[in-house]
Amino acid sequence: MIQAEDLVKWFGPKLAVDHVSLNVKPGEVLGFLGPNGAGKSTTMRLITGFLPPSEGKIAIGGHDMENDGIAARSLIGYLPENAPAYPEMTVAGFLGFSAEIRGLRGRQKKEAVTHAVEICCLEPVYYQTIETLSKGYLHRTCFAQAILHDPPVLIMDEPTDGLDPNQKHEVRNLIKRMGQQENKAIIISTHILEEVDAVCSRVVIINQGRIVFSGGPDELRTRSRSSGAVTIAVRGVSESDLKESLTALPNVDSVAILAKNDGRIQARAFPARKDGKPDLGTARAVAALLREKNWEFEELHTEKGRLDEVFRAITISETPQKEGAE
Amino acid sequence: MRAVRNIWAVTKRELGSYFSSPVAYVFIIIFLMLSGFFTFMVGNFFARNEASLASFFLWHPWLYLFLVPAAGMRLWAEERRAGTIELLFTMPITVWQTIVGKFLAAWVFLGLALALTFPMVITVIYLGDPDGGAIFTGYLGSFLVAGVYLAISNMTSAMTRNQVVSFITALVLCLFLVLAGWRPVTDMLVNWAPAQLVAAVAAFSIIPHFDSLQRGVIDSRDLTYYFSVIVFALFTTGVILRSRRAS
Repeated sequence: MIQAEDLVKWFGPKLAVDHVSLNVKPGEVLGFLGPNGAGKSTTMRLITGFLPPSEGKIAIGGHDMENDGIAARSLIGYLPENAPAYPEMTVAGFLGFSAEIRGLRGRQKKEAVTHAVEICCLEPVYYQTIETLSKGYLHRTCFAQAILHDPPVLIMDEPTDGLDPNQKHEVRNLIKRMGQQENKAIIISTHILEEVDAVCSRVVIINQGRIVFSGGPDELRTRSRSSGAVTIAVRGVSESDLKESLTALPNVDSVAILAKNDGRIQARAFPARKDGKPDLGTARAVAALLREKNWEFEELHTEKGRLDEVFRAITISETPQKEGAE
Repeated sequence: MRAVRNIWAVTKRELGSYFSSPVAYVFIIIFLMLSGFFTFMVGNFFARNEASLASFFLWHPWLYLFLVPAAGMRLWAEERRAGTIELLFTMPITVWQTIVGKFLAAWVFLGLALALTFPMVITVIYLGDPDGGAIFTGYLGSFLVAGVYLAISNMTSAMTRNQVVSFITALVLCLFLVLAGWRPVTDMLVNWAPAQLVAAVAAFSIIPHFDSLQRGVIDSRDLTYYFSVIVFALFTTGVILRSRRAS
């Protein structure tokens, strides 16, 4: 549905987007991650046709953005960064205007606006001017504008920015539903990592204009150092003894002591990795060790891995070092 | 058909936003007060002792000089400042449809302000027996001058996100159109510039085209002048918007 091939964007001498390709199928929710200034918003502006790319091609539903922009853009619902809207208009007027530009008239327009207002819970502010809205309502008004014509493609730049935790939860469910049930092709950018777990079926991480990771959220998580690590807490065992026995296991790469008090030691055994994937037998091996030594333990669980850890590892380590190495 | 509906949607929105802010009311009140002041106090309406609106229309190119850039400066600068330009240009609408839509909205608004001067017409009809044709062409000329200034303001507004810069640039460009045929300006050129250049500069002047309409003459050359300046300025607006988006 969304095809972006080899996008390059220069702003004067500055390379903002460096050969980025994205392909999103209907039903897929792509999470677009990256540190601030990585080129997320610029890439989204290229895909929505707001900025022309310096190189590369964009097609939405088979319509080329350059030659057939109107057809391509009519398939897109777009929520830009910071949710811009005409401050002097009422919510009703603004949504009516968006509907008209989308070619909706009469009853169709009324139904589309009513539906979007319902979904985004805008009834209490429907006749209020936009400049008097709180940030949450402003954001949802712009969100309503993006979904009101029921577009097959949704592109949202930080859709949960400025919402309170309940609203965030609602918006995430909404996005997830639109992806899974309504079969839309969706791209959301975010730097809230929990969002990736909550809604995305695929993750692309971009850093300094380049794609540095592309894959499923679970795949991303297994890149975390702590993914597959086994955390245990034992009593009445000396620290050195524990450390030695764990390190001696063939599945364990290294051991870290997390906490120590009143004879209780909490330790984490990091698994050996093969091709970047953690050894899944680690937990079994550790459990076997505990039984064999007959140690009294209070805790034994496997870590799933942490997204923020991977995010940091990918975006920081690649920043200065890769530049120098190349 | 689609194009007309898109233009109409933009025009309607833009007109609405004039009237939902104080801009429209302040503009109309100031325009009516100033045009009355110039007509009666400066233009000696009564001392002329004739039933015509000449002393009323005489001041319009000068009044519009700062009022029209004030009405037009927000057209694009405001879209840029609020970021709504990103919404507008990612909707299925072409750049020229938005330009025409915005221009028409502002022009209709200026036309409305002009129409509210109708008590002047009632006054001269009450006082004497004016030439209806001259009044009509007078209004037409005034409306077209407003359109030319507006198209230029539209263009300068697309250049910047700063409304003050837009206002001043438009004012200077419009002032050039007013002064281009004026003696001191042509005298400044006549000593050193080739005659064709002097003639070319003088030909830009809006005043002769305005004057002939005031005399009750509708000349196709005058209309061509007005519409070609408007079309040129709107076309340039499109070029500016496109190039500013590319960088």
